[in-house]
Amino acid sequence: MKPRLILFVFMFIIWMFLGWNINTHNVIAGLLVAGVITLVMGNLFASTPHYFGHGTKYLWFLWYVPVFAWECLKANIDVGRRILSPSLPINPGIIKVRTTIKSDIGLTILANSVTLTPGTLCVDMDIEKGFLYIHCIDVGSYDMDKYALGIVDKFERILKKIFY
Amino acid sequence: MNDIQYIAGYALIVIGMGFDVLGCVGLIRLPDAYNRLHATTKCITLGTCAILFGTFILKGFCVTGAKAIICAVFILAISNVVGHALARSAHKSGVKLCEKSAIDKYKEDGN
Repeated sequence: MKPRLILFVFMFIIWMFLGWNINTHNVIAGLLVAGVITLVMGNLFASTPHYFGHGTKYLWFLWYVPVFAWECLKANIDVGRRILSPSLPINPGIIKVRTTIKSDIGLTILANSVTLTPGTLCVDMDIEKGFLYIHCIDVGSYDMDKYALGIVDKFERILKKIFY
Repeated sequence: MNDIQYIAGYALIVIGMGFDVLGCVGLIRLPDAYNRLHATTKCITLGTCAILFGTFILKGFCVTGAKAIICAVFILAISNVVGHALARSAHKSGVKLCEKSAIDKYKEDGN
């Protein structure tokens, strides 16, 4: 019951944001739409409801957003410079990076963050062995023996606090 | 609307448009499918999201501003899934990496 309630409240808040004014029509329509979505989706959205009660996880997520934005800005400028320079200084390749995150949602967020950062693109992952296959526009800073990439470590350190 | 709000909003929109143009240039200049996907994800993060946040700053907390924020969140959640799916399916269907490529660990591991 609890996962459904979380999904219901979440969907209702999104609906109220989209409609923006609080009147009777809007609230009734929002309750109906959120109810139908909750019936269809079931407990797919929040499979571990007890984690929603941990306050420190939200704080770590609030810290994760500026860290991610800063990395993103740096990578954007770097890739923009590469595209604009006449000699096109790229050194692409698909590399293998080790990760210690185990949970599905944590791996998803990590792969999505890596893909959103320009210059790195997650191609596939090996969940059992804990490897991410990442296409990099410049593999220069990659250490072949350690299977480590700086940007993944930075995200991983914070994501391990939020998920496990 | 005060001046700071006006300037910040339009500055963000202009920056976003600039990065979107850079992404389009990258889409033409870069050699293979995977590198072109980099250009498109680059467009999204600083280009389109900056435009949407600029709209939010200009309009403030109203119907348009709230929708711009929700659009930004949904684009951030979905565009990377598309990039990931395109790259994986391209590799599975045998699209080669360009000649400049240094390593291909994914192929070495037998995928």
